[in-house]
Amino acid sequence: MVAQNIGFAIIAIIMVIGALRVVTTSNVVHAALWLVVVLAGVAAQYILLAAEFVAITQVLVYIGAVMVLFLFGTMLTRSRIGVNSGLNNSYAKLGIPVAVVLFATMALALSESFGTEKMPTDGSLVSTQQISDQIFGPYLLPFWALSFVLLAAVIGAIVLARKD
Amino acid sequence: MLVNQFLFLAALLFCIGVYGVVARKNAVLVLMSIELILNAVNLNFVAFALHNGNADGHTFALYIIAIAAAEVGVGLGLVLLIFRNRRTISLDDLSEMKG
Repeated sequence: MVAQNIGFAIIAIIMVIGALRVVTTSNVVHAALWLVVVLAGVAAQYILLAAEFVAITQVLVYIGAVMVLFLFGTMLTRSRIGVNSGLNNSYAKLGIPVAVVLFATMALALSESFGTEKMPTDGSLVSTQQISDQIFGPYLLPFWALSFVLLAAVIGAIVLARKD
Repeated sequence: MLVNQFLFLAALLFCIGVYGVVARKNAVLVLMSIELILNAVNLNFVAFALHNGNADGHTFALYIIAIAAAEVGVGLGLVLLIFRNRRTISLDDLSEMKG
């Protein structure tokens, strides 16, 4: 139990530092690389939450595919590799109170409703078989919708990015 | 492990992502901040799946990962198109629809 909490704390600190660097760094490529740190941290938290299938999917899809897309997007839009000071809005300072107030509201609501409630430790873990039973059972309709969305996204991306 | 430690981490990630969406001008960086927000939501889903002891949260986390991949693909396609037509991806310059 203590080891889990220490692991959580280390990963959480790394994730928060990475997330802050993503939104404050002045270099687009560095932001993409810090995003890898955050996404890997989220995958580690999934493993801590006994969701190994979701963690593997996170690594494959996010760190594998989405990051390559981001790096290609950075490269193709030639947003000046290197230090680039023109990345923030003129009203960027306004984002700080927005984020702080939002977090204060959420923190208040969470501590009111969950307090010191603990995760169950009696070993009612979810297996990958259960996830597949869910996907191909009660959640089949959203799965179909999702496959159409992916098809439309693939065709849409090709149509948008094609030179004609 | 408390339930709240995961929910607080997710809330913090969400707020950092919201700050990124508000403060950034570069369209690619705004998309990255949206990824932060989606990951915070996913963390909540998986935490509640463990809390409630069923697989619904895992299923929806997987669906959200797939939707996020589609969203990034289309979003970067749009950014590429805007860059090709306007030679800029600064969101401040796209103000034709301002009333």
